[in-house]
Amino acid sequence: MRIDIDEPACIGSGQCVLIAPEVFGQRDEDGTVVLLRPEPGAESREAVHEAAGVCPARAIMVGG
Amino acid sequence: MTLHFPLARPADDPLAPPEIFRRLRDREPVTMATLWDGSRAWLVARHADVRAVLRDLPVSADITRPGFPRIFPLQQALPQGERPPFVLMDPPDHDVLRKLINADFVVRRIEALRPRIRRLVDEHVDAMLAGPRPADLVRAVALPVPSTVICWLLGVPVAEQGAFNEWTSTAIDATSTPERRAHAYGAIGGLLDRLLAEKEHRPGDDMLTRLARHVTSGAVSRHDALTTAMLILIAGHETTANMIALGTLTLLGHPEQADALRDDPGLAPNAVEELLRYLSIVDGVIGRVALEDFTLAGRQVRAGDGIVVLIPSANRDPGVFDDPDTLDLRRPARRHVAFGYGLHQCLGQPLARVELQVTLTTLLRRVPGLRLAVPMSELTFKQNDGVYGVRSLPLTWNEEN
Repeated sequence: MRIDIDEPACIGSGQCVLIAPEVFGQRDEDGTVVLLRPEPGAESREAVHEAAGVCPARAIMVGG
Repeated sequence: MTLHFPLARPADDPLAPPEIFRRLRDREPVTMATLWDGSRAWLVARHADVRAVLRDLPVSADITRPGFPRIFPLQQALPQGERPPFVLMDPPDHDVLRKLINADFVVRRIEALRPRIRRLVDEHVDAMLAGPRPADLVRAVALPVPSTVICWLLGVPVAEQGAFNEWTSTAIDATSTPERRAHAYGAIGGLLDRLLAEKEHRPGDDMLTRLARHVTSGAVSRHDALTTAMLILIAGHETTANMIALGTLTLLGHPEQADALRDDPGLAPNAVEELLRYLSIVDGVIGRVALEDFTLAGRQVRAGDGIVVLIPSANRDPGVFDDPDTLDLRRPARRHVAFGYGLHQCLGQPLARVELQVTLTTLLRRVPGLRLAVPMSELTFKQNDGVYGVRSLPLTWNEEN
């Protein structure tokens, strides 16, 4: 699984951080997403897909 | 048939959305309605179309544009010709202001507040339990908790919080006269303006201090700093208060699910998502105006047309949520649009989540035999305010032995 982030689109809602904290973080200064693990293991698959599905900016792309 | 918006929720089931939403989703997912002022706007009923409007289509959230639908009291109260708060602006101006205060709502920062919010809720529940039965949950817990938390974030001194809470209650009360509401807004604006000036000399670790610094550096105008602070206050206060009261009422009506939540606090995050979906209290606030012609669900929308997205309808779309009219605290509910969607989605959502998780579980855990003290039919709901709620919620409980 490979994750790509559209950082300029991110609005810092923080939902990905709540759903998959092992994969997504936030910049302290403006809440923009920080990709902690671009290629997480299978154990994160479900949470990553859920995070991508709820992202209000459609800023999380999941491939592979 | 002419459809008028806003639409009333069913009198015999006041927590459900207007019944007509089901028909709109099935047969007329994008349809024209008449608003309170006689103007017309498209209503959008399906989850996918609501998301498309709020994220993908060429629309504007700028309330000063011709054709923008005026659908709720705060919008009517906006002074003519003044620059609105950033939720009613488009990029790039919107993005500058939102990013400046996003730091205050980063998940880690909000989670760090959780213990303090727990203590605050406990204090209010203690006071309620020590007082007479029945008690009005709205005044005892639902309003003061989010109002106090917003005061912390903004940096409103404790000594000013009492007056502040009174003014905010009046300002958001649709039953107040326009004069009283205008006076309350003026008083809040005056206080925030004074605090902005004071923070330049006596800075704290709070949002007003940061806004004051941005004013000093020239990054933000004084006017924008003030409307931003007002927006945070208004948006972060009544919405959460209404969710606390209606969430409690909903749980009392589903005792087996309330038991499950009481027994398993780990259920709280998902339970709150489901209550947000089920109640969809932001039911008449989110409007847009089309910037170009486009087709949506087979209807031709023209540039300049007003659009209103039906959040309660989208959140009961059976294409997204199985058996959508059933409350199920364990269901996958996170795809709800109760906080909106797209670049204007609720900035304060991490805070709202923590406040709701803490307050609802604390009430269930600490108040034995919590129940409604009057018949449901005697409750007065806030119809057509743009944000749904209950004016007071008389509750009673069992005396401890």
